[in-house]
Amino acid sequence: MSLLAPIEATPSHADAADLAICAKGLCKRFGNVRAVDGIDLEVPRGIIYSILGPNGAGKTTLMRMLATITTPDAGIATVMGHDLVAEPQAVRAAIAMTGQFASLDEDLTGRENLLLLARLWGFRGRAAKARADDLLGEFDLMDAAGKQVKSYSGGMRRRLDIAASLIITPGVLFLDEPTTGLDPKARQGVWRMIREMAASDVTILLTTQYMEEADQLAERIAVIDHGRKIAEGTSRELKAATGSGCLHVALVDPARADEAAGLLEARLGGTAQRHDEEARLSIVAHSPVEANKALAALMASGIELGDFALSNPSLDEVFFALTGYPTSES
Amino acid sequence: MVDTLSATRFAPVARPPAPSALSNALVFGWRAVLKFRHVPEQLFDLVMTPIMFTLLFTFVFGGALAGSPRDYLQFFLPGILVQTVVFNAVYSGMGLSTDLSKGLFDRFRSLPIWPLAPFAGLMVGDILRHLIAALIILTIGLVLGYRPEAGILGVFAALLLLIAIGFGTGWIFIVLGLLIRTPMTVMTIGFSFLFPLVFASNIMVDPGTMPGWLRSFVDINPVSLMATAIRALMGNGANFHQIALALVAPALLTLTLAPMTLWLYRKQ
Repeated sequence: MSLLAPIEATPSHADAADLAICAKGLCKRFGNVRAVDGIDLEVPRGIIYSILGPNGAGKTTLMRMLATITTPDAGIATVMGHDLVAEPQAVRAAIAMTGQFASLDEDLTGRENLLLLARLWGFRGRAAKARADDLLGEFDLMDAAGKQVKSYSGGMRRRLDIAASLIITPGVLFLDEPTTGLDPKARQGVWRMIREMAASDVTILLTTQYMEEADQLAERIAVIDHGRKIAEGTSRELKAATGSGCLHVALVDPARADEAAGLLEARLGGTAQRHDEEARLSIVAHSPVEANKALAALMASGIELGDFALSNPSLDEVFFALTGYPTSES
Repeated sequence: MVDTLSATRFAPVARPPAPSALSNALVFGWRAVLKFRHVPEQLFDLVMTPIMFTLLFTFVFGGALAGSPRDYLQFFLPGILVQTVVFNAVYSGMGLSTDLSKGLFDRFRSLPIWPLAPFAGLMVGDILRHLIAALIILTIGLVLGYRPEAGILGVFAALLLLIAIGFGTGWIFIVLGLLIRTPMTVMTIGFSFLFPLVFASNIMVDPGTMPGWLRSFVDINPVSLMATAIRALMGNGANFHQIALALVAPALLTLTLAPMTLWLYRKQ
């Protein structure tokens, strides 16, 4: 397993109070499982920051700690300058959280859900109704405002769920896997909303298991696995850290996949990643010249290629290079 | 999806002043009332069982048990009120379990509100349920010929005691709701614990004919003590002793389970 040292690109002298989130050594265990095992995080204000990792990596637990829903076993953190453990109510007043599963009352209508939260935030009477209606309009839910949430589609629920987190403008908005389970069109819609919210100075911390989502939205990405942060940086930095490119080959004869993988690994170092169909392999190449030599070696052994390509590594491949196994296996 | 974006979309909003704990609790109470409007079938569940019990026991067993259905109703009606309130407490536990399993409580916990406000809302819902169910059963009883000898004041006092009983019993289900993530399991476990308590009591029959070991249990069963007090309040007058005994169990449940609720809620 090749572990890369985290890329330190955030200003090391940053004052905790200037950061949206500053966490040191956060830990949370459930029984014998270390769900979060010593995570440091420095999230500057006003950006989209993504926590990327496979299922069970500890993303949700980390977010629940930062949102004061669960208390850390060890470590310290401030959110918008307030200590998580000492001033939880001050943290709560500065954040909003949209959980992984729509946290709505299914029996109530969309408008009633928003009214409930608006009143809990302190809006009264007409002001609460006006706020609920503003949000229904902003999230294109006016037509369904009077319907019970149980009749909503997945995309509508997600929009209402995010709207419910914007009753007040939060300092930090936590979004736990905001597009999991959505169809591509609904996902695009949620992405657009996230970008617009970020443009209005809200710091957004979003977890995702989609490489593409982090790549598309986030200015900075922390990759976590088994409760630990294994890398951190911009999408570009993460890709650069794992080699300049990625060589993909498709074999004509799947039976020779092992042999081909062995040859590639011998020439290029590292581990060849097998894709769903046995006949496709990809491996990090440090230069086009090296990639060329590796291809020549395959041909010299009589391994026929249906196709080959040299590309920037996707975040999926970055994850494989960092952990030694593909994301889907976790 | 909207394609043209107005400049005001996601514009920052001015924050209202922070609301009081009471205001938070009232908002959750309002939610409980909305539930009645949107899930009226819940009310049907709530009153159908006691109505069936009242009719079946009065007309099927009443004559055999007390000489005439009417005499039996006079004995049974205050008891069925206790049974209804004790069983109805299950709804807040089921509601809580649903909220927890849907992630709704995660949102509540991330809000700067009074931490006990969601539970206060459950209690408001409970009290409304108890009152609605009790009034419906009382009306049916009056139609069938039940006559509260203590008059309107006695009935009013009995309703207050019923609310106190429901409040105490409610904690059992709230704790179960916090511990168990499937609403149906909350109901099953709650009922398998409450059923023997309710039946091995003096609600349906005078324990005089029961075997000695059972009788000694029935005499100290909190449900019997509650039924005795309600019967006396609505009948020929209750003494302080009877009311105090009826309140022992609800008071103990509240004193032990309310702190436990808070602890479980914070721990999760």
